[in-house]
Amino acid sequence: MNPQSLLRRSEFEWWIEPTGQMRVPGIIYASEQLIAGMDEKVREQLANVATLPGIQRAAYAMPDAHWGYGFPIGGVAAFDPDEGGVISAGGVGFDISCGVRTLHTALRPDALEPHKAELAEALFRSVPAGVGSSGAIILDEREMDEMLCGGAQWAVSRGYGYPQDLERIEESGRASGAKPECVSQQAKKRQARQMGTLGSGNHYLEVQRVDTIFDSAAATEFGLHQDDIVVSIHCGSRGLGHQIGTDYLKTMVIQGYRPIPDRELACAPIHSELGQHYLGAMRAATNCALANRQIITHLVRGAFAEVIPAARLTLLYDVSHNTCKIERHSGDAAPRELFVHRKGATRSFGPGHPELPLALQGVGQPVLIGGTMGTESYILAGTKESEQLAFSSACHGAGRAMSRTQATKQWRGRALIDQLREQGILIRTRSYRGVAEEAPGAYKDVSAVAEAAEQAHLARRVARLVPLICVKG
Amino acid sequence: MTVPKTAWQHFAHGSDIGVRGFGASLEEAFEQAALALTAVVADISTVRPEENVKVCCDAPDAELLLVSWLNAVIYEMAVRGMLFSRFQVVLSGYSLTGVLAGERADPDRHRLAVEAKGATVTALKVTHTEDGKWLAQCVIDV
Repeated sequence: MNPQSLLRRSEFEWWIEPTGQMRVPGIIYASEQLIAGMDEKVREQLANVATLPGIQRAAYAMPDAHWGYGFPIGGVAAFDPDEGGVISAGGVGFDISCGVRTLHTALRPDALEPHKAELAEALFRSVPAGVGSSGAIILDEREMDEMLCGGAQWAVSRGYGYPQDLERIEESGRASGAKPECVSQQAKKRQARQMGTLGSGNHYLEVQRVDTIFDSAAATEFGLHQDDIVVSIHCGSRGLGHQIGTDYLKTMVIQGYRPIPDRELACAPIHSELGQHYLGAMRAATNCALANRQIITHLVRGAFAEVIPAARLTLLYDVSHNTCKIERHSGDAAPRELFVHRKGATRSFGPGHPELPLALQGVGQPVLIGGTMGTESYILAGTKESEQLAFSSACHGAGRAMSRTQATKQWRGRALIDQLREQGILIRTRSYRGVAEEAPGAYKDVSAVAEAAEQAHLARRVARLVPLICVKG
Repeated sequence: MTVPKTAWQHFAHGSDIGVRGFGASLEEAFEQAALALTAVVADISTVRPEENVKVCCDAPDAELLLVSWLNAVIYEMAVRGMLFSRFQVVLSGYSLTGVLAGERADPDRHRLAVEAKGATVTALKVTHTEDGKWLAQCVIDV
């Protein structure tokens, strides 16, 4: 995207002024270099989102924005239902509630190093990953509905993890208002054997080392210290979420709100039967994703217990980055409930926010930014300014710089795995082609994205993590 | 756009991948688009057409019918754990009956790459090419 085509309001804030049917401006937070590397489609999609009824303040794009489905990935938009506001299946995405959770291990590198290869094998064996992988947990119809209503709380009640995990998950591990009856039988069937599985593509399970501390006070509050070993899990709502996205995208295109410039933006008024049905199904998928990451955590704990019994895996935080949540926000008007879409964007509540657990009130919400298997990940903390800037939102990852086809032409999976092993990173995968498609070089520079998020005051950097073991989905 | 030598293609999308099929008829273009879809997931040349699965779908127009068709293939891949390498499509207006032929997915033999989450309406197009053939394309979320 040509930076000259935008109005620069400050070093990291770029505006698309409202024209035509746009009800609000589009605002992109990024460095000039990141803007220059962004797809032109980001501007087009952001301008389209700005035309939707009930949109508040602006349509926002985060520093990692790229071409998505109706909404740009890295897009944020909030809607007031009482002003005709809409909900969009594309604005949430196919992998509903895809997200990242990070766990402490209470281990230091010297405790991990002698067992690294054995741990990699144990994790690979314990957590099903890759195309078509299925888990050992098979849910019947009744248990499926319980899971869809209960999320991570359901998982803990069935013995997958501990009650104290729940306070470190958004919404205490359960999205309220889920309606399993709004989820198709196909979606439930697609999920029946997929509980506790990672999936494929950019999903992963990583053992990481804290490589840099940027903010020692915040890091201490998060329980992070230089060289600590942590575990991060990136995955979502698996087949159930994918099928709900598929089902409702089609229905919204056919029956939803019509006068929109792009049918990818298919949406429905929040105050409509279709809107309410989608919300009920989307929340069920959110619970599926939360339950899935909770079960995977249980499996990861089992693998650590087998190889390094001294490890103690406690949850730092769990964030979802494909969501629509009801949140209270204030702007020019009094605080009111808005439906905030974050597609490839992370919530970033600042210090003192009442929805944060007490232990995180002082420093703000952990914002977990995934890298790739060869590059760094970041932990940031939400800021108070982020509320005014973008409804308390920040970036979610690096974003691709190169297509999958280009990546497989440029890299070979086997050679990449050997190269990463030389750098001390053990990869376990069932797909060499999948590794080539996810080559670190196929992604943008996650460090530049995290830095831009900080410079724009969306969140501040707390720690950088480097990968040691990666189970690739 | 003119028809290339192969009757299906992939095209680039920001984070995912586009599939495109060409054909002398709409049916053939849909069949080729489904081959392109399988090639996103696996090495299509290794998939044996051993077992048939029948699917039906409909939509209000040809473009949404393509999305419904590809989503029907994705659904069958997901719930049966199968891959398909032969497709036969019969259209009656905007109602489609398809036969998929394939086998159970084998990570070692099929060079599996990535799961398809869903066919989207992004870059969705069903149209005539300059030389009178049909083109059917959209982006697959992976």
